[in-house]
Amino acid sequence: MVATQAPTEERVWQLLEEVSDPEVPVLSILDLGIVRKVQVQDQAVTVTITPTYSGCPAMNTIATDIRLRLLAEGITQVTIHNQLSPAWTTDWMSQAGREKLEAYGIAPPVDGTATGHLLNLFGQDTAVRCPLCKSEHTHLVSQFGSTACKAFYQCDDCHEPFDYFKCHS
Amino acid sequence: MQVAPSDTTALSAYSPEVRQHLFQYVLQLADTSLILGHRLSEWCGHGPILEQDLAMANIALDLLGETRSFYQYAAELEGKGRTEDDLAFLRVATEYRNPLLVEQPNGDFAATVVRQFLFDTFHFHFLQQLQTSSDERLAAIAEKSWKEAAYHLKWSSEWIIRLGDGTDESRQRLNKALANLWRYSGELTTPTATEQALQTLGIIPEYTRFQEAMTAHVAKVFAEATVPVPQETYMQRGGKEGRHSEHLGYILTELQYMQRTYPGMTW
Repeated sequence: MVATQAPTEERVWQLLEEVSDPEVPVLSILDLGIVRKVQVQDQAVTVTITPTYSGCPAMNTIATDIRLRLLAEGITQVTIHNQLSPAWTTDWMSQAGREKLEAYGIAPPVDGTATGHLLNLFGQDTAVRCPLCKSEHTHLVSQFGSTACKAFYQCDDCHEPFDYFKCHS
Repeated sequence: MQVAPSDTTALSAYSPEVRQHLFQYVLQLADTSLILGHRLSEWCGHGPILEQDLAMANIALDLLGETRSFYQYAAELEGKGRTEDDLAFLRVATEYRNPLLVEQPNGDFAATVVRQFLFDTFHFHFLQQLQTSSDERLAAIAEKSWKEAAYHLKWSSEWIIRLGDGTDESRQRLNKALANLWRYSGELTTPTATEQALQTLGIIPEYTRFQEAMTAHVAKVFAEATVPVPQETYMQRGGKEGRHSEHLGYILTELQYMQRTYPGMTW
C-alpha cells in the first residue's frame, strides 16, 4: 500500500494508539505516556519517545513496532528520536491506562509516592490496592519486580502475589 | 537497533581540549556503570533468594541503560566513527576508566552489598548535582538515572542495616566486607586531572559540594546498622586513570569474548 497523500499528525497519533507496550500488551504506548511529540513534514514523520527506565529493553522493540505500524499505512520516512529530558513520569500515564492496568492484574501507580520518599529507610510501604480482590491490605515483597518499572507485592487477604507499577515522578 | 538520541549539546562549542577531557570523563562514567552492572549480572541465578536475585538483575539493568546513554554520548564526543559497542567491547583494560571499587569481586552477599552501598551513596548524590551541569546531555542523563539510583541506594542501605543489625554471622560478614572494601571508597570523590578541569568549567559538580550529604547518609545507615563507621583513611586509587586491579582483565575477557572471537557479529 502506498500513501497517496501526506499523512496528517492526527492520523499518526491514531496509528500510535494501536502500538502496544511489548511487556504490558494491554497498554498502548500513548496510555504509557512515552510518546512526547509527533512532527510531520511532507512525507517525513518524526516521533519522539522517552524511555520509562534507562535500561528498558522494550525501547528497541517499541521503535520497531512504531516503524512497522506506520509502514503498513505507507509511511516510509520515519525518524524516531529518543529523548531523556524531561524524564518520564507516571503522571503521564493516562487514566484509561491505569484502569486497563488494574483490569489486567497489575496495580497502577499510586501518585505522590516517588523518589523523595525513597530514602525513608524501612519506612511504611506504599498502600497499594490488590488488583484482584481490591483489598488495601497488601505488603511489599520487593522493590524490584518482573520488569524495571514494577515492584512486587502480595495481598494479605486473598494472598495473591501481584505486580505494582511503581510511581515515578 | 539503536534509537538516535535527540538531546543535543552543541558539541562544537567546546574547544578540542575540553572535548577530549569530556570524552575521557564520559567514558569513565560509562565504564563505571558497565563494570558494576556486569558484576551484578554475575549474581543472576545465584542470588540468596529469588527476590534479591531479581533486585540485583534489575539494578544491573538500570546501570546498563545508563551505560548506553554515556557510551553513545562518548562516541559522539570522540567523533571518529566509533560506536557505543566499539567502546564497550573493543578497548583493553588499561583504557578503561572505572574506579577500582566497581571491579572488585562479588564475594559473598555482604561484600556485594557493601560495594553497592559505597557506590550508590556516591552515585545518588553525584547524579543529583549533575542535573545542573552546563552540559545539557549530561544533565538529561543524570535526571533520568538519578530516579533509578534512589531505588538502588534504598536497597543497599536497607541491606547494610539488616546485615549489621542481624545475626552474629551477618554482622561478622558485613564487617569483613567493610574491612576489604572501604579503602576503595575514596577514589570516587578524589578528582583526577580530567575531573578537575571539568569541575573548573562547571561541567561537572565539585565533589566537595555533596561530601557532607554523603557522610551524613553513611553515618545514619551505620548507626541504624549498629556498626561503627570505618576510620581507615588510607585509600586505593588508580582505576580512573587506567591502573586497574587484576580483576578487570578477567571481567573484560568474559564481557568482550563474543566480539573478540567473532569481530563485528550482530544478533
